[in-house]
Amino acid sequence: MHPALQGMLTIVIGVGACITYFWGSNQFLDKVLYPPKGPNAGRNINRANIIRPWLFLFPAVFALSLYLAYPVVETLRLSVTQRIPGGGSEFVGFDNYAQMFGEQKFWEAMRNNMMWLLVVPAVSTAMGLLVAQLTDRIRWGAIAKSLIFMPMAISFVGAAVIWKLVYDARPPGTEQIGVLNAIYVGLMDGEPQQWLTTPFWNNFFLMVVLVWIQTGFAMVILSAALRGIPEETVEAAIVDGANPFQVFFKIKVPQIMGTIVVVWTTITIVVLKIFDIVFAMTNGQWETQVLANYMYDKLFRSNDWGVGSASAMVIMLLVTPILVWNVYNARKEMR
Amino acid sequence: MDNIAGTKSSLTWAVHISVAILVALWLFPTVGLFVSSFRTADQIATSGWWKALFPQEQNEVLRTAAPDTQVQEGTLYVIEGNLFETGSESEISAWGTSSREISAYGPGDTADLGEDGRLTVMADGNYRYENDTAFEGRRGERVFVTATAPPEFTLDNYRQVLLSEDATDSMAKAFFNTLTVTIPATIIPILIAAFAAYALAWMDFPGRALLIAAVVGLLVVPLQLALIPLLKLHLGIGIGKGYLGVWLAHTGFGLPLAIYLLRNYMVGLPRDIIENARVDGASDFQIFVKIILPLSFPALASFAIFQFLWTWNDLLVALVFLIDSTGETTVMTRQIVELLGTRGGNWEILATAAFVSISVPLIVFFAMQKYLVRGMLAGSVK
Repeated sequence: MHPALQGMLTIVIGVGACITYFWGSNQFLDKVLYPPKGPNAGRNINRANIIRPWLFLFPAVFALSLYLAYPVVETLRLSVTQRIPGGGSEFVGFDNYAQMFGEQKFWEAMRNNMMWLLVVPAVSTAMGLLVAQLTDRIRWGAIAKSLIFMPMAISFVGAAVIWKLVYDARPPGTEQIGVLNAIYVGLMDGEPQQWLTTPFWNNFFLMVVLVWIQTGFAMVILSAALRGIPEETVEAAIVDGANPFQVFFKIKVPQIMGTIVVVWTTITIVVLKIFDIVFAMTNGQWETQVLANYMYDKLFRSNDWGVGSASAMVIMLLVTPILVWNVYNARKEMR
Repeated sequence: MDNIAGTKSSLTWAVHISVAILVALWLFPTVGLFVSSFRTADQIATSGWWKALFPQEQNEVLRTAAPDTQVQEGTLYVIEGNLFETGSESEISAWGTSSREISAYGPGDTADLGEDGRLTVMADGNYRYENDTAFEGRRGERVFVTATAPPEFTLDNYRQVLLSEDATDSMAKAFFNTLTVTIPATIIPILIAAFAAYALAWMDFPGRALLIAAVVGLLVVPLQLALIPLLKLHLGIGIGKGYLGVWLAHTGFGLPLAIYLLRNYMVGLPRDIIENARVDGASDFQIFVKIILPLSFPALASFAIFQFLWTWNDLLVALVFLIDSTGETTVMTRQIVELLGTRGGNWEILATAAFVSISVPLIVFFAMQKYLVRGMLAGSVK
């Protein structure tokens, strides 16, 4: 069957099944199981109301447990087992972790991930805040914001192609077609550089791509936060003789600190999972490995599920503090 | 802030200029790709894309027509014609017949090549090549020209990428595959999440707070963890690698954000409406379908855009759950990564393929930016 047709059919079947389930199960509850009439009407209504939320929740809870909760447990299990050739697996304790910690590539990935964690959220948030503040009061601010926001819609792979063109290098003496080398050779009289294959610094050239994408996100959130600052506080500061810089750093920034932290952590999570950019631009060569790509390498190239799962657990471990903090805050807010 | 104080700050200009610079900086890379996708391989390889927008001086090696086109005029043997392809608007500023002196002559000059005859080249590329004896050999005379060509763009790359039969270049199939992945993977989670969000927002039952906390927690669980266990599961229950697997995976991964966004929105709906409906005897199912769903349209739209962008742009989930060894079900992101590997130097195909793949999200983005921004504001965990 043609995939497009299959897709259409899936939509119809999927949506149809969902609606049938929700409608049918509610009907069953009200008409057959606990009809709100007869001698036990009152008891039936109460019972139906106890069950009904779970009818609404069941598909979601089922999918969440199967697709997100179960994998966490299963990955944990896989990370302490090893596949036996010919099928089955055996418990090997922390051997996979030991093997992983003994690999130089793993530590390279850890080092790079830490650098990404230090640089990308900080720079994206700072740039976002800068743009949000600058565009706040100018007439064409909305257009400027939407253009800076645009990279959010572009895939990491698309961005990788876009930036590979920027970083392109041609042999010395020929015309440079990458903007960066054209500027470097033309204005600074340098030799054309292979930006992506120069160890250590190439990491930063990869980070630029993510900063370029995430700045728009930071800007949108922070811009809304800036708008929400009570006008009186700013007015009072100006009356007291504060200059624009003081107003920004001493009045506005402290008031949106909560939002800044949210933006920072959200970008941190994106960074921890960063995969596509490295996969498409360098594939972890030239000392640009990151954890997610290391894991992909282990899982699908070396076919080593044990070490692959162990590295996935490392990513999970790094995410956990943010997870706990988010849950804590969400609960606080609900009260 | 300056307006409030009633003074026009000198900073205003600095602000305008820095915003302009930032916007230019942010746009520049994308524009580069866009312009490159309309240039030929030669143009891309010989000059930066930013030069494509202006008339350009370049050196070319061209040939006169072959000797078998010569005509006899009295005692002279003559070859006439134009060095450029028809339709070219290039203008020659200098030319030569030897690679050592490529600008020996100006337009209109006649070069005396001794035994080989006399060659006259005009600024527009017209030439007259004459000799007292017949021209011999199979190929024409080489002419080195320095010409200024007006900006020139072509749609050939798009023809190649969208319409050609060439399996490595053609994005047409990958485009439809991507679409096939995206649409069900956007619609189904919305429906499931909407019901769950209603229950979490407006129904009272034990364990509700715990479930909400779980959703917030799952929001940040890296999907990397899910790859192997779910692939094992899919292979185990016979789904294997394919569309069904990728639809299910995207549904699962998209649900936490969907539930979170929709619940936050539904909680904010006015309580009176829902309670009035309850008093009037409406069941929860009716309240949900007739009141909550229509009122939640903005939140539904926000999530739909998120999920659409995410599934359209996704590479990892497709690599793991969809694309098998036959490559029949490849998606655009995967195709582009392949192109980067095998044809890293073919910028014309790469740029065009990438632009085809990012054009759809860009259209969605600009058309529905309002909802995207709203969703983002609601979705960032406070």
